[in-house]
Amino acid sequence: MLTVSGIHFSYNSHPALSDIHFSLDAGQVLGVLGVNGAGKSTLLKCLNRILRPQRGAVLLEKANILEMRQRDVARRMGYVPQRHADSRLTVYEAVLLGRRPHMGWTVRPKDYQVVETLLAEMALTHLSHRPVCDLSGGEVQQVMIARALAQSPRVLLLDEPTSNLDIKHQLEVMKTIRRVVREQQLSAVVSIHDLNLAVRFADAFLFIKDHRVYALHAKDALNAATISDVYGVEVSLINAGDHLMVVPR
Amino acid sequence: MKFNTVTRSYRQRIQHQTLALAATLTLALIVAVYAVGRGAYSLSPLQVFRALLGTAGERADVVVWNIRLPRIVASLVVGWGLSVSGLSIQSMLRNPLGSPSTLGISQGAAFGAAAAIVFAGAGIVSVTFFAFMGAMGATLIILLLAHLKRLSPEAIILSGVALSALFGSATILIQYMATDIQLASVVFWTFGDTARSSWREIGLLTVVVALTSIFFMTQRWDMNALDSGEEAARGLGVNVERLRLQGMAAAALIAALATAFHGVIAFVGLIAPHMARRLVGADHSLLIPFASVIGALLLLSADTAGRVLVGSGALPVGVLTSFLGGPVFLYLLVRGYR
Repeated sequence: MLTVSGIHFSYNSHPALSDIHFSLDAGQVLGVLGVNGAGKSTLLKCLNRILRPQRGAVLLEKANILEMRQRDVARRMGYVPQRHADSRLTVYEAVLLGRRPHMGWTVRPKDYQVVETLLAEMALTHLSHRPVCDLSGGEVQQVMIARALAQSPRVLLLDEPTSNLDIKHQLEVMKTIRRVVREQQLSAVVSIHDLNLAVRFADAFLFIKDHRVYALHAKDALNAATISDVYGVEVSLINAGDHLMVVPR
Repeated sequence: MKFNTVTRSYRQRIQHQTLALAATLTLALIVAVYAVGRGAYSLSPLQVFRALLGTAGERADVVVWNIRLPRIVASLVVGWGLSVSGLSIQSMLRNPLGSPSTLGISQGAAFGAAAAIVFAGAGIVSVTFFAFMGAMGATLIILLLAHLKRLSPEAIILSGVALSALFGSATILIQYMATDIQLASVVFWTFGDTARSSWREIGLLTVVVALTSIFFMTQRWDMNALDSGEEAARGLGVNVERLRLQGMAAAALIAALATAFHGVIAFVGLIAPHMARRLVGADHSLLIPFASVIGALLLLSADTAGRVLVGSGALPVGVLTSFLGGPVFLYLLVRGYR
C-alpha cells in the first residue's frame, strides 16, 4: 500500500538519506532501526513532507504524496513527533486539532464524533478537560497518537514513541499502535531505539546504516548478523518464552 | 445530532466563556461611559447619552465628540490592536515574552515616524508608511534570527532589547537634526498617548485592526497547531513559513499604525494576551476575541485612571502602561511564562 522509492535528502549538501526504498502493506507495523544520526527521524519527516526530499517518490495507493498540498498529505498521514511542545490546550482541544486538515471554517458534527470515539477508545475520556502539559509522559503520548488518528490517516508515522517512557507505558503505547494498525488496516512506520520492543511489536524491520537501506527484513528473516553489522555491537537472538530477545554478547 | 457527555461539556465550556466575553465587553462599555462623563467638565450618564445623540447642548456636545470620545475610542481600538498583535507574535514565534514593544517593533515604528517627520514632512501617509517600514524592518530581523539561528525565546527577547536600543538611539540622532517644531512632534512618540488622534486616524486604525483580527480568526486552528510545536503543525498540514510571515506582517502593521498615531504604548500587547490565557486557556478560537476585549478594557482603564487620578488629563497613557507592564514582565520571567 505504501511504496517508497529512491528518496534522497541532504541538509545543506550534507547527505542525510540516500536512495531509500521500501514498501509496506496495510495492517503492518514497520520498525525503522539504526544508530543515532543514521537518518531515522529525517526519513519519517520526508515521508509526510515536513522535509522535502530532493528526489524520490512516496506512493500511497498510487498517489504521490510528495506532489500533494500539505493539507492533503495531512489527511492521509498522521504524524507523532519525537518531542511535543507542552501546550496548554486541553486533551479534547488537542485531539480536535487533529481534525484540522479536514476542517473548514467551523467544526462539524462529524469532527466532534471522531474525537469522542477516539477519546473513549484510547481511555482518555476522564482526562478530556485537563491541559496536555499537566499529564504524565505516557498519557501525553496516548493523546498525541489520538491526535494523529483524528486525522483519519491511512499511514501513521511515529518518531521514537516510547523514548522517555517506563516499561509499562512503553508496552501500552506499542500495544495501542499495533491494535489501531490492525483494526483500521493502517500502515505504521515507527522509528525506535529499543530493539526488544521493535522485535516484539513490528512486522518488518528497515535497517538504516550510513544514510542508506542496509536491509529490509520480515519478522522471520530477522538475524543477529544484520543487527550486529548495523549497530557495531555483537548480539545474539534468543527465545524467551513467546518472545524473541536481542541480547548484546 | 446527539453528542456524548465529553463533547457536551466541551461545548458548554465554550458557551460559558462566550458569556464571560460578553460580560467583559459590557464592562468595557461601562468604563467607557464613565470615562466620557469624568473630567474637568463632568457629565452625568444621562447627559453623556444625550451628548452622544448630539442633544446635550453645544458645550457638552463639543466636549464629548471632540475631546473625550476620540481619546476613549482610540484607547479601546489601540488596546484591542496591540493585544491582538502581541497574541499573534507570541503564537507565531512560540514565545510567551513576545509583543510589539518587547521585540523592538514599536520602537522601529517610532523611528520610522520620526524619520518621516524630519525628512519627509509630517503628512499622515508618509508618517504611516515610514512607521510601517520601521516596524517591518524590526520584524524581519527578528524573523530571520528566529528562523536561521534558531534562537531560544530568551535570546529573541534579548535581540528585541538590542533592536529597541538601536532604534531608540537612531531616533535621538534624528531629534538632534530636527528643528524645534519637528523636535516637539518627534518627542511625542517616545511616550504613547491616546489623546492626539483625529477621527480619520481612528477610523483607519479601526478598519485595519478589525480586518487583521478577522484574518487571525481564520488562522485560529493553524495557530493552535503551531502552539503544539512546529513539526506537529507541519504534520497537521500547516504551511508554517507562510503562516509566520503573514502573521508577523499583520502584527507589525497594527503596531506600526498604533505607533504612528499614538506613539509607543508598551506592554499592553504583552499583558493582555496573558490575562486572556489565564481566563480561557490556549484555544485561539476564544483567545483572539478575549485578548481583543481585555486589551481594549486594559488600555481604556489605564488611560481613564491616569486622567482621573492625575487630574490635569495630561499624563500620557504610555507612561502608565510601562509602570504596570514592567513588573508583570518580570513576574512572567520569574514564574516561567505560562
